[in-house]
Amino acid sequence: MLGAGGGTSSYKEMETTDLIVLWGSNARNAHPIFFHRITKGIRNGAKMYTVDPRRSESAEWADTWLGIDVGSDIALSNTVAREIIHAGLVNAEFIQHSTSGFDAYAESVETWTLERGEEITGVPAEAIRALAHDYAKAPTAQLCWTLGITEHATGTDNVLSLINLALLTGHVGRWGSGLVPIRGQNNVQGGGDMGALPNKFPGFQDVTDRNARAKFEAAWDSPVPAEPGWHIAEMIDAMDLGELTAMYVIGENPAQSEADVSRAIRLLDGLDHLVVQDIFLTKTAQMADVVFPAAAGWAETDGTVTSSERRVQRVRKALDPPGEAKDDNEIITMLANALGHDWEPRDAEAIWDELRSLSPMHAGMSYERLDALGGLQWPCPDDDHPGTPFLHGWLWEETLPREPAPFSIVEWMPPIDPLDDDFPIRLTTGRRLDSYNTGVQSGGYRSPIRADVVIDMTKEQAEDLGVEEREVVRVSSRRGSVEAPVRIVDGLRRGLVFMAFHAPDEVDVNQLTIDDWDPKSGTAEFKATAVRIESL
Amino acid sequence: MIESTLPEPRMVEITLNRTAVTAHADATILDVCRAQDLDVPTMCFLETLSPFNSCRLCVVEVAGSRTLVPACSRIVESGMEISTDSERITDARRTLYEFYASTVDLSLADAETKNWMSKYDVDPDRFGRYEPHRAVKIQDDLYIRDYDKCVMCYRCVAACGPDAQNTFAIDVAGRGLSSTISTEYDVTLPDSACVYCGNCIGVCPTGALMFKSEYDMREADTWDEGRQSITTTICSFCGVGCNLELHVQDNRVVKVTSPMDHDVTNGHLCIKGRFGYGYLQEEK
Repeated sequence: MLGAGGGTSSYKEMETTDLIVLWGSNARNAHPIFFHRITKGIRNGAKMYTVDPRRSESAEWADTWLGIDVGSDIALSNTVAREIIHAGLVNAEFIQHSTSGFDAYAESVETWTLERGEEITGVPAEAIRALAHDYAKAPTAQLCWTLGITEHATGTDNVLSLINLALLTGHVGRWGSGLVPIRGQNNVQGGGDMGALPNKFPGFQDVTDRNARAKFEAAWDSPVPAEPGWHIAEMIDAMDLGELTAMYVIGENPAQSEADVSRAIRLLDGLDHLVVQDIFLTKTAQMADVVFPAAAGWAETDGTVTSSERRVQRVRKALDPPGEAKDDNEIITMLANALGHDWEPRDAEAIWDELRSLSPMHAGMSYERLDALGGLQWPCPDDDHPGTPFLHGWLWEETLPREPAPFSIVEWMPPIDPLDDDFPIRLTTGRRLDSYNTGVQSGGYRSPIRADVVIDMTKEQAEDLGVEEREVVRVSSRRGSVEAPVRIVDGLRRGLVFMAFHAPDEVDVNQLTIDDWDPKSGTAEFKATAVRIESL
Repeated sequence: MIESTLPEPRMVEITLNRTAVTAHADATILDVCRAQDLDVPTMCFLETLSPFNSCRLCVVEVAGSRTLVPACSRIVESGMEISTDSERITDARRTLYEFYASTVDLSLADAETKNWMSKYDVDPDRFGRYEPHRAVKIQDDLYIRDYDKCVMCYRCVAACGPDAQNTFAIDVAGRGLSSTISTEYDVTLPDSACVYCGNCIGVCPTGALMFKSEYDMREADTWDEGRQSITTTICSFCGVGCNLELHVQDNRVVKVTSPMDHDVTNGHLCIKGRFGYGYLQEEK
């Protein structure tokens, strides 16, 4: 964010910060060791707000829980912003010195009175006001989020609306104050770092930048397209238009993980050629023309991953992979050679050293230093650099070394899948503590706390529907329907139900979700589905 | 415009084994001893947890104090005169180990305990060696609890509670010799608040708490640490970047721990990091 694709802070800052805002995140379950830091912070006196449609396990630790209606995040952040401005609580010196576009931004949030905010978000005006005042007045504050913010059609704007709050109050670029997206997989951050984005080279260098392109073309002795490629949602649409006819899928299971999964399966099925490289014979792999059995990237191969605090750490081979499974690096090299290239086999460190020579932010991170220091946080431009615990300290320099940070004008938009008489209930999805994504990995151990696949709802909701605990109901959206037993829980409310997505072979929740996606990030709106629930 | 610079630490002058030493004013006696390469036995103390003072093995003499003082929790004071090498201390520690041997099964105690017992020439039979008699609690596929081996050091309670996991599934129940670590109302672990992070097992010094994978191999007499390698890698189940130590025997993961001295985890993990390796070896 603010021109760098990573969170600004170190986990350790959670322990000493004055205020924690956990927005669209159930870190207690999804990121338990990060939550250890939050509990330390709370024990050290930090106040915590959580913003979540559910009163989740994380919300139970908060001083105040803001039970927001699904998909009204921008309405809430704009209301918080207006309240901060009108109460005279902005950090005027910081705004004047380090930001741009404040006046237009202030005007854009002017209609977001506390009353309107309450009406759209369902959060009492007094609670919105309290969050605004506490966030603005706190000496230091960490604003954290996860997929509850990003898995929306307005995901990118949701993030921008949170960045606006940090710019209003100066809660960024200082130890203890920052913007903290916690990543869902061990190398989401590293994938971005390495340029696994349609528009970036490694180190977040732009493919449209002629100089960057020239550097990579020289290093690789090969021309590089000047146009950004497609992200996953664009690929799905391109498949539908017949513009994408062959696919090479590495370590992903779109036949179960995509929103509106029936459509994804139909499109994958219609490809001329599908290659899947995975450690499992996933549902997607079962559809493939060719399957490359891969080694598990965290225990059967060497390499690096980057965590949510931008810390690059070594993964190391502890086991020989089974059967014919091979390291991804080896498979890609073999494939390149089969396609007529002449690639020498190289180990992970040699590839990493090439990366360091091309990506300035990684240049100082030799394997030797990563081993000795337990990882390094980027940017780390040379061998003497200690790594960077927090980003954007430049915002506080007397003479700014670059353009000031811009406010972004963001408009609230309701979820794409509307509630109506046919589909009157909002379904949101998420993770449970002991399981992970489509369950192919976490299904491999016998968890004593694994919940059956259920649809969670409150007692009141069940009474409205005339259904009982454990009764199997049909849940239908505009795209599909599944059957699941009811579980009565606290923490939800009338009109809001929850399902985890870890057992698609039993209950394929993504039959229900909508694949309309955020044009800026390519992430689908997994979090907001309109459903109808019926007895069988 | 940036304020935060840490204040200079305050220092104090003390005497340690008749030698003058300068120490941080907020250091414990144990911190100072270890900084001086002066080893002190501990059992209930762990760097990542708050001191609990239950085992008393780290006791030292402080001039002017009638009783021996636990080094792990006592903060140094200016002018403090500390001895760690007197006969009285050696007697106290040896006797304590002998008491433990008479009330607890120390057969799987950690290397530190065994080394000190040998150094102090401990006679485990002095008060009659403890005969294990309690049934091992096996209530799920991940944990076992063998309270014959429990020294009531409280580490598991601290790791489950305020020092790490904050789940509070276990605490001390009962009084005196009949005190024991228990779930609420002694319900089974699956029925308790336990979330199976394994952090209690990770901090247990005596093998009272053990991963079932290790227990089963020990029962089958196939557990062989001499054949095990330990490889540090990064967990794959979320983006926090927890360090995992994979204990591997015969190309199978047999146990997962985390380094106590790594800043991301401080030795603690969640259920996925601790047990999620299962799929790696389903068909090997």
